[in-house]
Amino acid sequence: MARIVQRVKLVPNIHLLEVEAPEVARKARPGQFIILMPDERGERIPLTLADWDAKKGTATSIFMVVGTSTEKLARLKAGDEIPVYVGPLGRPSEIGHFGTVLCAGGCFGIAAIYPLARAYKEAGNRVITVLDVRARYLLYWQDKLRKVSDELHIASRDDQVLPQEYIPYRLQKLLAEGEKVERVHVVGCTYLMASCAEATKPLGIKTIVSLNPIMLDGTGMCGACRVSVAGGTKFACVDGPDFDGHAVDWAELYARRRAYEPQEVLSLCELEKNLFPAEGQL
Amino acid sequence: MSEKEELAPEIKEKLKSEFQKPWRQELRRSVPVKERTKIPRQKMPERPPEVRNQDFREVNLGLEAEVARLEARRCLDCANPSCVQGCPVAIDIPTFVKLVEVGDFIQAVRKIKETNSLPAICGRVCPQETQCEAVCNLKKATGVPVAIGNLERFVADFEREAGEVFIPSLPPPTGKKVAVIGAGPAGLTVAGDLAKKGHQVTIFEALHVAGGVLVYGIPEFRLPKKILQAEVEYLKRLGVEIKLNFVVGKTATLDDLRAEGYEAFFIGTGAGLPNFMKIPGENLIGVYSANEYLTRVNLMRAYDFPRYDTPVLVGRRVAVIGGGNVAMDSVRTAKRLGAERAMIIYRRSRHEMPAREEEVKHAEEEGIEFHFLTVPIRYIGDEYGRVKAMECQRMELGEPDSSGRRRPVPVPGSEFITEVDLVVVAIGQSPNPLIPQTTPGLKVEKWGNLEVDWATMATSLEGVYAGGDIVRGGATVILAMGDGRRAAAAIDAYLRNGTRQ
Repeated sequence: MARIVQRVKLVPNIHLLEVEAPEVARKARPGQFIILMPDERGERIPLTLADWDAKKGTATSIFMVVGTSTEKLARLKAGDEIPVYVGPLGRPSEIGHFGTVLCAGGCFGIAAIYPLARAYKEAGNRVITVLDVRARYLLYWQDKLRKVSDELHIASRDDQVLPQEYIPYRLQKLLAEGEKVERVHVVGCTYLMASCAEATKPLGIKTIVSLNPIMLDGTGMCGACRVSVAGGTKFACVDGPDFDGHAVDWAELYARRRAYEPQEVLSLCELEKNLFPAEGQL
Repeated sequence: MSEKEELAPEIKEKLKSEFQKPWRQELRRSVPVKERTKIPRQKMPERPPEVRNQDFREVNLGLEAEVARLEARRCLDCANPSCVQGCPVAIDIPTFVKLVEVGDFIQAVRKIKETNSLPAICGRVCPQETQCEAVCNLKKATGVPVAIGNLERFVADFEREAGEVFIPSLPPPTGKKVAVIGAGPAGLTVAGDLAKKGHQVTIFEALHVAGGVLVYGIPEFRLPKKILQAEVEYLKRLGVEIKLNFVVGKTATLDDLRAEGYEAFFIGTGAGLPNFMKIPGENLIGVYSANEYLTRVNLMRAYDFPRYDTPVLVGRRVAVIGGGNVAMDSVRTAKRLGAERAMIIYRRSRHEMPAREEEVKHAEEEGIEFHFLTVPIRYIGDEYGRVKAMECQRMELGEPDSSGRRRPVPVPGSEFITEVDLVVVAIGQSPNPLIPQTTPGLKVEKWGNLEVDWATMATSLEGVYAGGDIVRGGATVILAMGDGRRAAAAIDAYLRNGTRQ
């Protein structure tokens, strides 16, 4: 059992989860993830490590509420215990002195990009961070990110924040303005990663993405997380989660992530029935 | 390692002294051989196929006490018991069977436990028909061997159900810490053996339940989880600590554990890397590795979705690729989940199938279709990326290959397309690479198996031993336990002498 230190809502639908996990905190490296189970009947789901504190012995992830497991997580409070919290899993990101690194993150990826930006900065890179939010009120951690970035940009479709744009266009604009970038690292939903990779492809800038397929054991045992990269099959849990964004078969990843859509709806209905039994009888 | 090796002199000596005990002599005399051979082999009672293929409860019901005693009476108590030679852990089979015959079931199970710590499991999942029962002298005489496996299961169940599980008195602690990596059959065996020698044993398990393949792979209808839980409880009572959710190689490396004071290690991380055929369409939705399919259903209980959160795709027409036990488990699982057609697709003929005979028989009774001499060559998807059909090719058997089995050869022009909506690939697994990758100096062979000295199961690293599928690549529970047993003896000697043998 792992004890929850805190679970707070950062912005609507996005929550922070800090868990007592000294072994994970001691070993965590940027780019790695953990697998947890919200309760005894829950699914095993992967969450990227957004921060950790080896001294305090805690590890932190940010998650967006999308289905049963994350809905259950969002209802946990400090002191609660979850049956599974295992990691750190996956290969750590390759951090080196590349020159200028552009870190791009959207929704939960804003947090997931944080340890990467920090590590790139510590490795002596110039770090440009670009965050994507649908609307301004969905922005979080910008102060944390500003501290580890030489420049911080925000792309948004909020009509209060002009210009309205989606993150790949902002990347294109930055690069077109003559910014010389040696490496781009993107974390976020599949669509965001695919479109950012598409934006940098014509320029031939190495673009690393952190893939998020459905996983089960997270140790290479089951192959649920198969992704096609450069024509070959890789297991995201042990070969990744980082891959060359220009070589990923995005269409396949979209499809595989939707493999259980009908079951996910059914599962959420079941959860609501259990959470609100009286209303279920109306 | 071959199971057909000559028995060690000390085992032969022990068998002989048991054989000569007065009660055995008297028992042999009390019933003439002719009468013994006349008794028909007692049938294992099973639930009817059309009932059991609708749920996940156990297929075999177990023998009644009187039936078990009658079955035991068939055993001729040979002076030269070849069955012991057929057993990978050399259980004193005649003694335990004769104890069943006289009705002393508790002594019988203790006899087994001298060499096999998991009889309730082995009695259920061992391929007895190719091991002890294959070489039974009664088989040579009458064609029908003693049902050794059923008797093993009977006494183990008897002990558990009687609540009389025997906890041996433990020697004073040696103060030596041993790390066992992986809570599968090999690791559980090592842990039990070393705890009984007074060492402080910790098992590190990556998943959230102990048991390895026994919990994620073998389905409830073949090995109920409560049996495994009882064995794990037994280990805890021996003082074994089990750390779940701990991935050695990630959460801590083997060297980290060494720095924490562990002096000896056993790696039993299994064949946790599923093989695929690398044919087009293998990443379509609805194409599972057997590991994933069985893990969803067994470990995560997807058969009880949405009460449990993990879903599994339910196929109407399910093709399981392969002919081993894992393929049988997968196809019978598919049937239980509601498949209209659950099919085995196997590239050789029935004769070459590696699955246990009992599993094949059970599958046939449950309405599983077998398509032999057939191999998939590609999977075809719909516009959502879901598998909707597969193209197969017919095979014929050619010359024998290195395994001695006739090699399947494609028949040109025999391609055909068949509709399927779920495919389970059960063509074997490779050793999981996590530990070899993170343990400098640990030698591996060509296919990623750890290199060991078969007598002691010692790896290339001082104080590090290994066994089970991480060494063998994909074998049986009993062979894994045999490895564990040898490794435990070698680890004990190493810890006592401070050097390897």
